[in-house]
Amino acid sequence: MRILGISAFYHDSAAALVEDGRIVAAAQEERFTRRKHDPDFPARAIEYCLSEAGCTMNDIDHVVFYEKPFLKFERLVETYLATVPHGFSSFRVAMPVWIKEKLFQKTMLRKDLGKLAGKKEWDGSLLFTEHHQSHAASAFFPSPFASAAVLTMDGVGEWCTTSLAHGHDNRLDFLKEVHFPHSLGLLYSAFTYYTGFKVNSGEYKVMGLAPYGRPRFAQTILDNLIDLKEDGSFRLDQHYFGYCTGLRMTSPAFHDLFGGEPRKPEAPLTQREMDLAASVQVVTEEAVMRLARFARRQTGEKNLCLAGGVALNCVANGKLLKAGIFDDIWIQPAAGDAGGALGAALSVWYEYLGSTRTTKDGDAMSGSYLGPAFEQGEVEQRLAAAGAKFEVLSDEDVTSSTVSALAEEKAVGWMQGRMEFGPRALGGRSILGDARSPTMQKMLNLKVKYRESFRPFAPSVRREDVADWFDIDKDSPYMLLVGDVLESRRLHANHPQENLFGIDLLNVPRSEIPAVTHVDYSARIQTVHRETNPRYWELLTRFKARTGCPVLVNTSFNVRGEPIVCNPEDAYRCFMGTEIERLVVGNCVLKKEEQPAHLKQDYKENFELD
Amino acid sequence: MDLARELLSYMGHRKKYWLLPILVMTTIFGTLVVLTQGTAVAPFIYTLF
Repeated sequence: MRILGISAFYHDSAAALVEDGRIVAAAQEERFTRRKHDPDFPARAIEYCLSEAGCTMNDIDHVVFYEKPFLKFERLVETYLATVPHGFSSFRVAMPVWIKEKLFQKTMLRKDLGKLAGKKEWDGSLLFTEHHQSHAASAFFPSPFASAAVLTMDGVGEWCTTSLAHGHDNRLDFLKEVHFPHSLGLLYSAFTYYTGFKVNSGEYKVMGLAPYGRPRFAQTILDNLIDLKEDGSFRLDQHYFGYCTGLRMTSPAFHDLFGGEPRKPEAPLTQREMDLAASVQVVTEEAVMRLARFARRQTGEKNLCLAGGVALNCVANGKLLKAGIFDDIWIQPAAGDAGGALGAALSVWYEYLGSTRTTKDGDAMSGSYLGPAFEQGEVEQRLAAAGAKFEVLSDEDVTSSTVSALAEEKAVGWMQGRMEFGPRALGGRSILGDARSPTMQKMLNLKVKYRESFRPFAPSVRREDVADWFDIDKDSPYMLLVGDVLESRRLHANHPQENLFGIDLLNVPRSEIPAVTHVDYSARIQTVHRETNPRYWELLTRFKARTGCPVLVNTSFNVRGEPIVCNPEDAYRCFMGTEIERLVVGNCVLKKEEQPAHLKQDYKENFELD
Repeated sequence: MDLARELLSYMGHRKKYWLLPILVMTTIFGTLVVLTQGTAVAPFIYTLF
């Protein structure tokens, strides 16, 4: 039985293929089309999933779309009705799209799937799950838990913005929902917009900016914007928001409340934006904490599963773990809408078809390495065709040569095995660096990633070593939990430095691993496991043997605004367009100084800023 | 026609037949917006509402 899940037509379209309950493949369309957050029908991602399973579209038993378009349309219409005539500017933009395209999504899907099947129209089973059902299914069914509380939080799906479900065996029983326009995700997005970042992609920048600020607006937010109840439910005062009726997230009342117009994109960041970021982060954490306590009381479960865009807020996740409300937490690595494709497929397998679910040690995500891999022969052929100069080394020599480059503080492009599913690079498509280097963060931000200097980097650490460096001793394979660098590893700032605020904090080395220690000593940890990524684990082991440090900087293999690289050519282009000094693809090792000069390019201009 | 049938079936399932006149009006306005693709239709819509 093969089930193809699809998410599309909003942002981050993706496909996932489940075969007899096993997750065979999952990938986002943007990785193939090279268009960040590509919302179009994921034809290339589907083709990849089919090739991974060795089947064609005609071998698929069910196709499932991750949300219900009519329900979404109902929400739009009822919202316009409730706010008429103020919503006209939004109506004028939304309606043409709906009337021309989105209302016909079922027909569009059948036609697009038909093209892949070599038919006029796909005439097989086409199902639809609800948006938050897809998220909840993506959180619970691949988790290692037989039963758990399941919390989903995002901007908005159809009506639902937050849901609590009780997952057990092959079922999800929904216990409570919060509906649009009351949304934690949209509250966070409003501040993303107000602080000058792009909605739907800049939220993690706000999270990264928060530690530079003080939450001096938190009480203002709680007093005016959000009525947060003890059970975690909440209501947003729409007087302060513009997303129901207009084309902006915030209203003039919001600007009056916080003392000014939104920051213009790319304008210099001030302490005010940092304080705003810190404030909305604190409020979000409080809401998540209350929701979790309620979830524990309602379900009686000791484990929690999370999904939805808000579940990518790894700072809140880390605090949730530390609060000890639940014994264990599992977060879907593709917690955003892309993961809805996977959740929809799993929902059909378990809930619609009633298949038996068994759990085992570890989750069912295969480390989230669910995308394409390239055989060594193919890598060599493709790199040669791109004009690259490389040498082919043994496994042993690839590792030792990479360890040497890292120890010399070189930035290394590392492309190995299957591509990751979800927004984080986990050692399959990563740029690596020496976490001990005091200059690495600045160098990677400005010369490799071409992104804002305040942005932190995340550490990869062997699972066995995590507790020696950070204050957590749990699996965090998907970089979705934040912990603090251990006190014993910190370098204590002298008194004048302790008086620094905001961006000035950036230049103070804070620990033995300064490149991955944020200004509040926090770090977004990825634990590396031998079972799911033996090659990366081996690299860390050898790096530890050489330097005494089992931690590396791990950032996604891309520049600002670019989707993470997918194939060897993408990796080579990014390598040649940035100041990455070494590229390792499979067993091919490439040195920058040996590459043809004419293949170097001004790369960063190729992508729209995110 | 398929779409109309599906919408009717959907409203029955959701017990939201009251949406029908609103959907009809929305579709008319929406179509006007599509056809005019501009702001000229705005006063007309405000008057009707």
